[in-house]
Amino acid sequence: MADLSLRRVDKTFGDVEVIKGVDLDIASGEFVVFVGPSGCGKSTLLRLVAGLEDITAGELWIGGQLVNDEPPSRRGIAMVFQSYALYPHMTVWQNMSFGLKLQGMTRAQRDEKVKEAARILQIDHLLDRKPRQLSGGQRQRVAIGRAIVRQPRVFLFDEPLSNLDAALRVQTRIEIAKLHRAMQATMIYVTHDQVEAMTLADKIVVLNAGRVEQVGSPMDLYHRPANKFVAAFIGSPTMNFLPVEFAGSDGATLDLRLASGAIVQIAAPKGRLRGHRFTLGLRPEHLHVLSDAAPLRGEAAAVENLGGESYLYVDIGQPMPLVVKAPGDCAIRAGEPVGIGLPASKGAYLFDQQDRAVASA
Amino acid sequence: MAARANAGSALTRQRLKSAWLFLTPMLVVLALVAGWPLLRTISFSFTDAHLSNLDDSSFIGFENYVFLLQDPDWWRAVQNTIFFTVVSVSIETVLGLLIALALNAHFKGRGLLRAAVLIPWAIPTVVSAQMWRWMFNDVYGVINEIMLSTGLITEPWAWLADPQLSMAAVIAVDVWKTTPFMALLILAGLQMLPQDCYENAKIDGVHPVVVFFKVTLPLLKPAILVAVIFRTLDALRIFDLIYVMQGNKQDTMSMSIYARQQLVDFQDVGYGSAAATLLFMIIALFTVIYLYLGGIGREEKA
Ligand SMILES: Nc1ncnc2c1ncn2[C@@H]1O[C@H](COP(=O)(O)OP(=O)(O)O)[C@@H](O)[C@H]1O
Ligand SMILES: [Mg+2]
Repeated sequence: MADLSLRRVDKTFGDVEVIKGVDLDIASGEFVVFVGPSGCGKSTLLRLVAGLEDITAGELWIGGQLVNDEPPSRRGIAMVFQSYALYPHMTVWQNMSFGLKLQGMTRAQRDEKVKEAARILQIDHLLDRKPRQLSGGQRQRVAIGRAIVRQPRVFLFDEPLSNLDAALRVQTRIEIAKLHRAMQATMIYVTHDQVEAMTLADKIVVLNAGRVEQVGSPMDLYHRPANKFVAAFIGSPTMNFLPVEFAGSDGATLDLRLASGAIVQIAAPKGRLRGHRFTLGLRPEHLHVLSDAAPLRGEAAAVENLGGESYLYVDIGQPMPLVVKAPGDCAIRAGEPVGIGLPASKGAYLFDQQDRAVASA
Repeated sequence: MAARANAGSALTRQRLKSAWLFLTPMLVVLALVAGWPLLRTISFSFTDAHLSNLDDSSFIGFENYVFLLQDPDWWRAVQNTIFFTVVSVSIETVLGLLIALALNAHFKGRGLLRAAVLIPWAIPTVVSAQMWRWMFNDVYGVINEIMLSTGLITEPWAWLADPQLSMAAVIAVDVWKTTPFMALLILAGLQMLPQDCYENAKIDGVHPVVVFFKVTLPLLKPAILVAVIFRTLDALRIFDLIYVMQGNKQDTMSMSIYARQQLVDFQDVGYGSAAATLLFMIIALFTVIYLYLGGIGREEKA
């Protein structure tokens, strides 16, 4: 267990700046998830922490020690790679104990450690197999087991679930969360999947083009996104965005004019409004179908019935259809007219011209 | 279920048919350019054919082979060839591995260097052998000149005449010529190795030397084995390099050179064919042993 601090960390490959001035504090025992679209620099940031890449500028502290110039092996970390990185010619036992030999452990000590980790991960019956004789999920466990036996201060995971099928992904996700609770170790976890981020993290770090967009707890990010990028990234299906104009306010409510000329009313945000033009953000799960007197009307362009819920793609004369979450038994068919109700108090987000959030009610 | 099995086997049969269709041209060409000469050679080896009257020959059974196995010159050639093969292939493997490891590192101009390394291999053997013959010349050769001027030797060495030195010279040239090929074969194997395993070893703090012996070498074994087989089979047939540098000299005569001497110089087609056939048998035997020991086929399947 150790805490980490990143101070204005930069990384350039040639003249391409991939990580741009990242400042971040990670408390001991925290589960931190780096999330962001593909190519935003998540893996690179993780590899900087691991020491697999050199930090171009800035400082990295682990457990109160400046480790910029320490080799990976001296940072007290263990890493689980996306491709598992198992040694193909070694058995599971050899894979898990290979790194321990150097810590001067006897064979019996190593064996004890490996067996214990294998028991936790339920792979004790696989110790004599080679990686190619294992399924993807089993390989994944071996890779995690290999990290556990090292007893690192910080665990690093780079998209560990992306090679698993959907069912196994959910199962392994839950097990990783359990493992974190049991070990109380600091974990940094990289993913492009916001569901993994929401379900696993104590703290989410949203990255975009090498910059930190926002740091916060999953609920923070969901309810109080700092900007349009975070709002769009967190939550599924993604938030709807509508360009709007200020049309009046009575202090408690705010009137906004849509491009179509229709006026919608939302709870007035706390912050002062600057300017006239805004982007209104509405999450699909905060919208509902109304039969009459609906503030928004349109035509269902497509309907996805998932059983437990339905998603309506409603054409309201905007470039993108409005996505509305409806109950699973929703009877609306494609082509039919739909009325949409807005959230009464919470659930409407307003962004200014620079895509920054206007503090909501 | 039965219908499905039937459909499967019909598909299998059709695949087999097209496989044969694609293989046929190659098999025909192989039969013409390799199979036919081989059969001719084997059949000549049981006759007393002479180069001047190939058609007027008679079957003499194993007589040629009996003579061959009693000829000390033939055994000398076998010994030379095996010595040449073992020593040159060993040196080439070790050097090739070292060069491949160096070329696999990341540095500027790597692509250029990789191409440059291949030059000795790209030069036709006859040309490079002739070049080296001049360089090894005891009177005006550059090798002696360098070794004299640096004080390594005090008087010129007769590289191509001295029985001990001439084999060393031939092996040196073969190493110079073939190591790049070996290095490239091994480099191809190196580039297939999983990079993240090395990163994991780095995080674990495994010493690079340990990584080399415990990770790189075991993973590289199949690639090295293939390269060694290629080179061994090639070295067992060595002809041009030695012939250009040394001609028919006893000290360096290989099995191929012996066969050629019988066939062409002594015009004894029957006897020469027997030598060539025996050479073929020895190479075939080596191939089988290698494939068996290396377990290449089994490893692919596992
Ligand atoms: N070794 C490298 N050399 C040059 N560019 C790199 C290197 N590694 C990553 N990059 C670039 O850095 C950016 C971020 O990569 P990465 O951290 O792998 O993204 P992510 O993991 O978020 O998908 C990408 O544009 C990628 O092309
Ligand atoms: Mg990545």
